Amino acid sequence: MALDNMQMNLLKTIADLEKVPDGAFNIRLNGGLESRNNTENITIETKADKPGIDIYIKAGTKNERVDIPVIVSKTGLKDLVYNDFYVGEGADVLIVAGCGIHNDGSEKSEHDGIHAFHLAKNAKVKYVEKHYGEGEGTGERILNPTTEVEIAEGGYLEMETAQIKGVDSTKRVTRAVLGDKATLIIHEKIMTHGKQSAETDFAVDMNGKDCGAHVVSRSVAKDNSHQHFTSLINGNNQCNGHTECDAIIMDGATVTADPKLTANHVDAALIHEAAIGKIAGEQLIKLMSLGLSEKEAEEQIINGFLK
Amino acid sequence: MLELKNVSFRVDSETGEKEIIDNVSLKIDERFVALTGPNGGGKSTLAKLIMGIYQPTEGKIYFNGEDITAKTITERAQMGITFAFQQPVRFKGITVSDLITLASGKKLNTAQVCNYLSEVGLCARDYVDREVNESLSGGELKRIEIAMAMARGTELTVFDEPEAGIDLWSFKNLISVFQKMYEKTNGSIIIISHQERILNIADRIIVIADGKIADDGKGKELLPNLLGTQNATDTCAVLKNKVEMD
Repeated sequence: MALDNMQMNLLKTIADLEKVPDGAFNIRLNGGLESRNNTENITIETKADKPGIDIYIKAGTKNERVDIPVIVSKTGLKDLVYNDFYVGEGADVLIVAGCGIHNDGSEKSEHDGIHAFHLAKNAKVKYVEKHYGEGEGTGERILNPTTEVEIAEGGYLEMETAQIKGVDSTKRVTRAVLGDKATLIIHEKIMTHGKQSAETDFAVDMNGKDCGAHVVSRSVAKDNSHQHFTSLINGNNQCNGHTECDAIIMDGATVTADPKLTANHVDAALIHEAAIGKIAGEQLIKLMSLGLSEKEAEEQIINGFLK
Repeated sequence: MLELKNVSFRVDSETGEKEIIDNVSLKIDERFVALTGPNGGGKSTLAKLIMGIYQPTEGKIYFNGEDITAKTITERAQMGITFAFQQPVRFKGITVSDLITLASGKKLNTAQVCNYLSEVGLCARDYVDREVNESLSGGELKRIEIAMAMARGTELTVFDEPEAGIDLWSFKNLISVFQKMYEKTNGSIIIISHQERILNIADRIIVIADGKIADDGKGKELLPNLLGTQNATDTCAVLKNKVEMD
């Protein structure tokens, strides 16, 4: 099964891939396996009991990359997939996931990805996830990713997620449990327009001594879209937790930010920040005084904010 | 080059209409003009009227003979007017390099961006990729604001109290920046300032008080009358007084 041009374009948008990658990869197309490659250190296996894959990364694997893009180009497809990542002790890898939906039809297309990360001692992972929707049809494009994270002692996970365009509805759930000296960093970027809705829900259990979490969400809500941000950090040990939600609101959009902190230990240091506001008039004026039109100024401000 | 004809600017206040600028007529062709006068006298408002941030209640503004009264900020910027804010604006995610590049209106390489930053005394390498956010100090922002004005290099540049928030060391630098701009560009510079050292290099000084022109003349002729008043203060009058008292 070869990918057509439209599918290749989606692949480029969500994974920056111009061609089939060299390293370990698994490309999922319309609910089935399109192609896969294993390397000496990274093995991808199809799950026996439910849809999805298990990805095994050997202890000590360094500087390798795993690509697991998903493409949905059939209208009316509901795709549910479970992906489990087992990252061995001391490994240091980049994992790139992403889902592109192209829906030209009138029925809704949906991809629900449930990703579980199991990081062994001192394992280090950078996880990049991009979501994108396109197509001329009236059918909705829906993406509901769930991410479950478990980080053992000294492990480190940096998660970068972006949903910039074309997804009508998303409910994004992230759950994390941190061991001793474990670190979790999340940078989320969301832009909604039209009548789209985006819900994100983070909960982090900081169980280990000296663990750290830094959860940052930046979003832009345009037109009549709606966003709801929830984050909960439970400081159950001596730890440092920080959550931040920063949103630009435009037109008739609505945004709710609901950060929560619970300290169950006297040495848990927890901070939350939430800010929602429109683009400052003086920012527009400054850029217009450099010769930009009001629309160009707005684009610059939003692009910078979501960079 | 710039002409204001019977320009007035009124705002609604609790006590009725308030006259901020009161029937000001002004023609500027000099290369280096300083606007001074007491705080609240209307200097910044005048600058904002020139840039198009405020619209005059009455009167007309001409730039190179063309009536720009109804023109937008963008149009005036494209015609060759630049305004360096008194309180520079912060942007989350936009870098120093982004702003300088936008200001220049063309693609700049890192070396070119660095040149502008070096001119305002910023160690360029440390700043190009910095976000113009809360992590920058007021003084750093002011210098970036000046670098942007230099990068634009337009026919008219208006600086609103460029020295505010700048420490003594960079104040010296600032003067040389204006002198360089004066030498390099063929444009005109209008600076709102109380600083003696800035007034000292001005071709012409205009004193604005209560929304009107209180005094107007050649720099060298006017400056002696202004010295020692709040219209022309030394870099640190408080400190100087202290030293004299000791």
